Amino acid sequence: MQQDGFRFRLYKDHLFKIAVILFSFSSVLPLLFILFHIFKNGISVINWQFLTNLPKPVGDTGGGISNAIVGTGMLLSVSCVLAIPLGICAGIYLSEHKEGRLSYLVRLSVEILQGIPSIVIGIIAYVWIVMPLRTFSAVSGGIALAIMMLPVIVRSAEETLKLIPDSLKEASLSLGVPYYKTILKVVLPAGLSGVVSGIILSIARVAGETAPLLFTAFGNPFMNLNLLKPVNSLPLLVFNYAASPYPEWHSLAWGASLVLGVFVLLLNAFSKVMIRKWKVRF
Amino acid sequence: MESPVLKTENFCAYFGDNQILKNISLEITRNKLTAMMGPSGCGKTTLVRCINRMHELIPNARVSGRMLLQNEDIYALNPILARRKIGMVFQRPNPFPTMNIYDNVIAGYKLNGIKIAAAELDRIVEESLRKAALWNEVKDSLYKKGTFLSGGQQQRLCIARALAMKPEIMLLDEPTSALDPKSTAHIEELMIELKQAVTIILVTHNIAQAARTSDFTAFIYLGDLIEFGPTQKLFTVPEDKRTEEYLSGKFG
Repeated sequence: MQQDGFRFRLYKDHLFKIAVILFSFSSVLPLLFILFHIFKNGISVINWQFLTNLPKPVGDTGGGISNAIVGTGMLLSVSCVLAIPLGICAGIYLSEHKEGRLSYLVRLSVEILQGIPSIVIGIIAYVWIVMPLRTFSAVSGGIALAIMMLPVIVRSAEETLKLIPDSLKEASLSLGVPYYKTILKVVLPAGLSGVVSGIILSIARVAGETAPLLFTAFGNPFMNLNLLKPVNSLPLLVFNYAASPYPEWHSLAWGASLVLGVFVLLLNAFSKVMIRKWKVRF
Repeated sequence: MESPVLKTENFCAYFGDNQILKNISLEITRNKLTAMMGPSGCGKTTLVRCINRMHELIPNARVSGRMLLQNEDIYALNPILARRKIGMVFQRPNPFPTMNIYDNVIAGYKLNGIKIAAAELDRIVEESLRKAALWNEVKDSLYKKGTFLSGGQQQRLCIARALAMKPEIMLLDEPTSALDPKSTAHIEELMIELKQAVTIILVTHNIAQAARTSDFTAFIYLGDLIEFGPTQKLFTVPEDKRTEEYLSGKFG
């Protein structure tokens, strides 16, 4: 009797181990399926023309997504210019002031901002920027994306800089180095890998955002380099073309999905490599 | 008699409502090694951190009384300028991890944006590393990261970094507490050599270290300066009973 109970427990033990392995493996499956699918459907349209040409009118075969690639580049540049300095400064403040009313407030708002649906951020950018300027524009889209990047950058900067030992700051201050130079030249460089990887991950996060761009960057079938005019972006192009009734456009959408997917994958991989390479040993 | 390099008068320090130092008055003689000795938590580290005003990093710290560096009130100076005249070495070696050995030594100049000719910088680096008895070990690897050195070497690198600023006084806050006995012996020898060039204040809770290295010793207990005098005298014929008890290991 006792022997049987023991065996049953061993059996449960094994069952649990197998379940853990199976379930953890199953969390890899969605990514594999998605990658498989966009590769299968997208790889056939990818060629040099696809990356460098403009979309063709309905009925013509071929055509490319160069306007969307350039547009995504413009949107991300605008959002980086806005979000990176702001985010790093807020992160420095939070890491330097662990307590206090302002840091509590900043931390709370950053957390809430992270939870705000992206479509709402798009509408806000529409009301704030598109309406007063009376035009859809790359700038408004970039601002919407910057608002989405901000929480990621702030949190990663804060977490990284908090881990920099105080002894380093003391060493610098004791040499008579002013506080701002200590932060900018000693503390920030020591935490650079973490801060930069946070920035890269935030770019990867917003690169595929569609909702905030619907009322801001709007989309544009032509090449546009003017920041104050509507631009196309990869996710917008996928959204518009995938919903169209034309098979040629569907394959363009698959191709654009692949480009976007590979871009985000590369960003993630790059941030991983960089964290290891730039890791500062104390 | 020569005027003291550093002089404190009725110096008190508080963290919030806690009084850490009570009416400390002492005079530090030039080119001598003065040891601050006492059990953990007695305030000796606070005292040296008040000398270069590092205690101001703690939000509710305040001080009263006077602290004079060559007859100049440290608390009337800008802390940045005061700290350039007062070098400090910490308990744990803390070279700048993003800089190579060369840049670590001249970090005080680089970070402060002080412009000096390259040849002069080379000279300062060599001189400081020689004074810190590290030159022979690192002269071929000046452009390697300082964090690849051993703990004792890192600590000597930190000493070189402080020396490069040509300070009036060097504060050594238990510089050997994180080191092995061999590195400790090395640093102690170094301190004795260094006092030719610079006045040294050494914080230690190692009684033997104070006896081995210092010219003057201050015994601090619970924030009070119990006794201060030539090391020889303090260790052989202490005036205060508490000093005698501490030295004989009755407490601490």
